[in-house]
Amino acid sequence: MSLTLEQVRRVAHLARIEISNAEAENTLGHLNGIFTLIEDMQAVDTRGVEPMAHAQDLAQRLREDRVTETDQRAAFQSVSPETEGGLYLVPQVIE
Amino acid sequence: MKQWEVVIGIETHAQLSTRSKIFSGSSTAFGAEPNVQASAVDIALPGVLPVLNKQAVECAIRFGLAVGATVAPKSVFARKNYFYPDLPKGYQISQFELPVVVGGQLTIQLGDLEKTVNLTRAHLEEDAGKSLHEDFQGKSGIDLNRAGTPLLEIVTEPDMRSSAEAVAYAKALHALVRWIGICDGNMQEGSFRCDANVSVRPVGQKEFGTRREIKNLNSFRFMQQAIDYEVQWQIATIEDGGRIEQATVLFDPDSGETRAMRSKEDAHDYRYFPDPDLLPLIIDSEWIERARAAMPELPVAKRDRFMADFALSVYDASALTGSLEVADFFEATLAVCGQTNAKICANWVTVDLAARLNKESREIGESPVSAAMLGGLIARIADSTISNNIAKKVFEALWNGEEKSADDVIEKQGLKQITDTGAIEKLIDDVLAANAGMVAEFKAGKEKAFNALVGQAMKATKGKANPQQVNDLLRAKLGA
Repeated sequence: MSLTLEQVRRVAHLARIEISNAEAENTLGHLNGIFTLIEDMQAVDTRGVEPMAHAQDLAQRLREDRVTETDQRAAFQSVSPETEGGLYLVPQVIE
Repeated sequence: MKQWEVVIGIETHAQLSTRSKIFSGSSTAFGAEPNVQASAVDIALPGVLPVLNKQAVECAIRFGLAVGATVAPKSVFARKNYFYPDLPKGYQISQFELPVVVGGQLTIQLGDLEKTVNLTRAHLEEDAGKSLHEDFQGKSGIDLNRAGTPLLEIVTEPDMRSSAEAVAYAKALHALVRWIGICDGNMQEGSFRCDANVSVRPVGQKEFGTRREIKNLNSFRFMQQAIDYEVQWQIATIEDGGRIEQATVLFDPDSGETRAMRSKEDAHDYRYFPDPDLLPLIIDSEWIERARAAMPELPVAKRDRFMADFALSVYDASALTGSLEVADFFEATLAVCGQTNAKICANWVTVDLAARLNKESREIGESPVSAAMLGGLIARIADSTISNNIAKKVFEALWNGEEKSADDVIEKQGLKQITDTGAIEKLIDDVLAANAGMVAEFKAGKEKAFNALVGQAMKATKGKANPQQVNDLLRAKLGA
């Protein structure tokens, strides 16, 4: 399988990455190269093999349900571009 | 005209009752100042890692057991990618291909009819923050206190066929999550929110119609109104020759209408993939068995037991198992007044007490009349110390805190029913003497006059005589 230029632009848009036409062409070449690799791997028969969810064969460690964090708002907001009344301000978004 | 069938599936976000967030040690308490409960993990500073809260998993297991679902021995967290300012990471940690709870069923009650709603799945995920769009001169304010709050998203099959069924399901689910203690169910605070997927199709058609999803229904009344409006809108649109486009809609309670949100073509392209920051969640059978042992008796089981053990009707038993608090109150009351009085006890809890609580907008846990007090009161009705009418007086006195027990009220206010035949005969003699006219009327064949005489006698005893006994004695005296 190979990607189209349109698919590359769409993925870039979904990731909010701005790319020029030249970059899109270039990226298309890279991605298609990767797909060739994947095609080689798909020749292997994987029937009966459970899909791997993580590279390490370990179980998730759990924490007890305790409040351990304290209020760090002042520190966090000291590096924020704009705040008001404890809120972070961002360009308006309305659905 | 065509007959239409309505098809509804529901997704519910239940906020889990944990102290801390699902992936961080921040507090989940409601109502704090903006952003004071948003840690480095919650605001997604670079380099932080999520660590899963054990209690959130425990809640999911409890839910799975309560609905007879499979609790997955292995489930996986995935990233759901989208951009929005109240989602600082640019993705929500959720579960996609391997959720923690698979399948299950919930029984709903519609009048005398029972129906089973099948569940597809329930998965753990984190909540987003809150965007505030007012008062910031063209900017939006972001509060991330809610970001990372644990949610269980519960998804049904498209099994419901009317708004009434949808509401019955939502109510049953709401009662259940509170019953098993995994969610406080507070809809005003957003702890329990439903989305309804609604479509219509001609009766007899196999394929589903195109659905529209009504988002964020936070009251049962709005759910009913929104679905009813949406259904008639879809039918009218199709009958007018239009087509239903898949869309997400919002319900406006002021207009009573649903309207489509601005649809973004890529809104549903979430590019899920397993979150590399989290290892698979493994739940072994020991954990499941420990959780099972700690489960309370479930509503349906309790209802059936009330019917079998106490000979209560399905109506009474259902009313008593509407919440764990009510069921516990009933059982505690019954322990005092005795099982033989189950029916009268059910009436007092579901009618008299419920009405009084309702009048003052109180929960049963806040009732000034405790289960022990009510049980004591019912015992005195059962042994004929007081009549039902007097019992209402005693209840009122207990509610107002005049005394600590029914016995004290009866004693101090002299409400004990008069059962001494001699005393009642004496009273009746007085009544007969004072109402010679009525006696004459009765003797002339007017049955109404007899009832009037009973009334006079009851009045003379201030309602404390046993009405049946008065009746019998009076008839004997009149030679009737």
